[in-house]
Amino acid sequence: MAKRTAIVGVGQTNHTSKRRDVNGQELINEAVKRALADAGLTLRDIDAFVIGNMDHFEGINCVDGWSIDGSGAYMKPIMKVTTGGSTGGTLGSSAYYHVASGLFDVVMAIGWEKNSESDTQAAISTCADPILERDFFGGAIGPNAAEYAMYMKQYGASQEDAAMVAVRDHNNALNNPYAHLRKFITVEEVMNSPMLCYPIKLLDSCPRSDGACAVIYASEDRAPKIAPRPAWIHATAVSHDYVYFGDYDWEAMPTLEATASRVYKRAGITNPLKDIDVMELYLPFSTCGVVWMEHMWVCERGESPKLIRKGVFNMEGELPVNPSGGVLSTNPIGATALIRIGEAALQVMGKADDRQVPNVRTAMATAFGSCYWFEATILRSTMS
Amino acid sequence: MDNETILEVREKDGLLVHQGVIRVPYTWAAGEAASQFYAGLARKVIYGIRCTHCDMVFVPPKKTCHQCFAELGEWVKVSSRGVLETFTVVHYSEPELHPVQAPFAYGIIKLDGASTGMAHIIQGVDLDRLQAGMSLEAVFKEQPEGNYLDITCFRPAGEAKGHG
Repeated sequence: MAKRTAIVGVGQTNHTSKRRDVNGQELINEAVKRALADAGLTLRDIDAFVIGNMDHFEGINCVDGWSIDGSGAYMKPIMKVTTGGSTGGTLGSSAYYHVASGLFDVVMAIGWEKNSESDTQAAISTCADPILERDFFGGAIGPNAAEYAMYMKQYGASQEDAAMVAVRDHNNALNNPYAHLRKFITVEEVMNSPMLCYPIKLLDSCPRSDGACAVIYASEDRAPKIAPRPAWIHATAVSHDYVYFGDYDWEAMPTLEATASRVYKRAGITNPLKDIDVMELYLPFSTCGVVWMEHMWVCERGESPKLIRKGVFNMEGELPVNPSGGVLSTNPIGATALIRIGEAALQVMGKADDRQVPNVRTAMATAFGSCYWFEATILRSTMS
Repeated sequence: MDNETILEVREKDGLLVHQGVIRVPYTWAAGEAASQFYAGLARKVIYGIRCTHCDMVFVPPKKTCHQCFAELGEWVKVSSRGVLETFTVVHYSEPELHPVQAPFAYGIIKLDGASTGMAHIIQGVDLDRLQAGMSLEAVFKEQPEGNYLDITCFRPAGEAKGHG
């Protein structure tokens, strides 16, 4: 009964800091219509939906029902999935599970967020344990800042190394018409931008965006008829934990290492630098683009700055990372990780327009959330 | 934001009970349909929106027909009078939520010209005398502000007393 599964359509809004002209349902509707148009499908073709965001960002707790005018899921199965920042990755996994199970042929995953509608950091603090950690939960920046401070000391890396990641992602966004921040920047400008939380500066950091993304998954029975070149899902992996901040092993990053190891093993990848053609990574801060490459086994410990300086992860490099501009340019949180999957799928499908990497056969997308959850998806142009 | 916290110590075992309040501010975009609806209410006019495909007039209006997914744009003025389809009488108080004190009635009122009912409070009538099928009319605030509570309540049509 199990079915091979592929992505056959991707739609996203033009992301921006504030969409005061539409409510959440109307925002979702834009992405849904674009995904249907991209796949050449109508709502009648969609058998089930999964939708996700973070409840406290909009203060709407029954999004699965409330969003029907946007999703078009009237009288159909729809369920809400929410796992913090990794929501979009979980949405993709859930849609994949629906189709791969053989129970549904065509399933739409919808991620969305209107960060402009609340105080993002106050809303994020509701993720923390209310008794022990919420009082001093300072939002998302602190842990990553501490991580990079530790990394710099251990390996002699610099703030400029992280700034080069920021420059890469921000300038890639110039090729992406959907990106929120589209401004050419330099390393010097990153270094001179205001310090948020040492050593993370404003231009090292993701924005808060309003936006939505919809991705359509189809079974092997339907996918080749819908899309000329579907993006086949070869593996997904998920590692979630809940630890107190002081408990996490910052040097080993066990959730990221487990996620990467599992997804590579399932997809038959032994050398990610050689075997993967493009990555769309959930890097909320430029510093993560230095440290996490090593926990994803792309290079040895301490070697990442060298590869970054050589341009290995640039558009023309050996393994382009974030042709879309990544999370540093666009961050509607519940949609952010689904955009990574959608962008990776567009790369495989050859539909990434100005941000297309040539001849993509294998792509990887990741999701990151809370402290510290990781998810990953491997997509290929061939079914097996 | 600050969360107010209060600790209680249980007498029988010394375990703690931690009370807190979540305060998160919101700024919700109303969207096109609700914006037009509220602009109408500010002029004491109730608007619905028509789906020609499904032959429905939605009140309150919505941008997309939930049945056929068509984008809607045909605005229709509906009457401020309608029929009470069903109701209940609330006997408990939720001062943080309810705009009026218990006991009070709320019901579903289908306005003349609308296909769907709108929920609202019913006043100006003895609660024992409420009946499904009775004719009601909207009571507007003297100075509407452009929101759902510009209609303060519905009351029996044609009667002038006891509005909220």
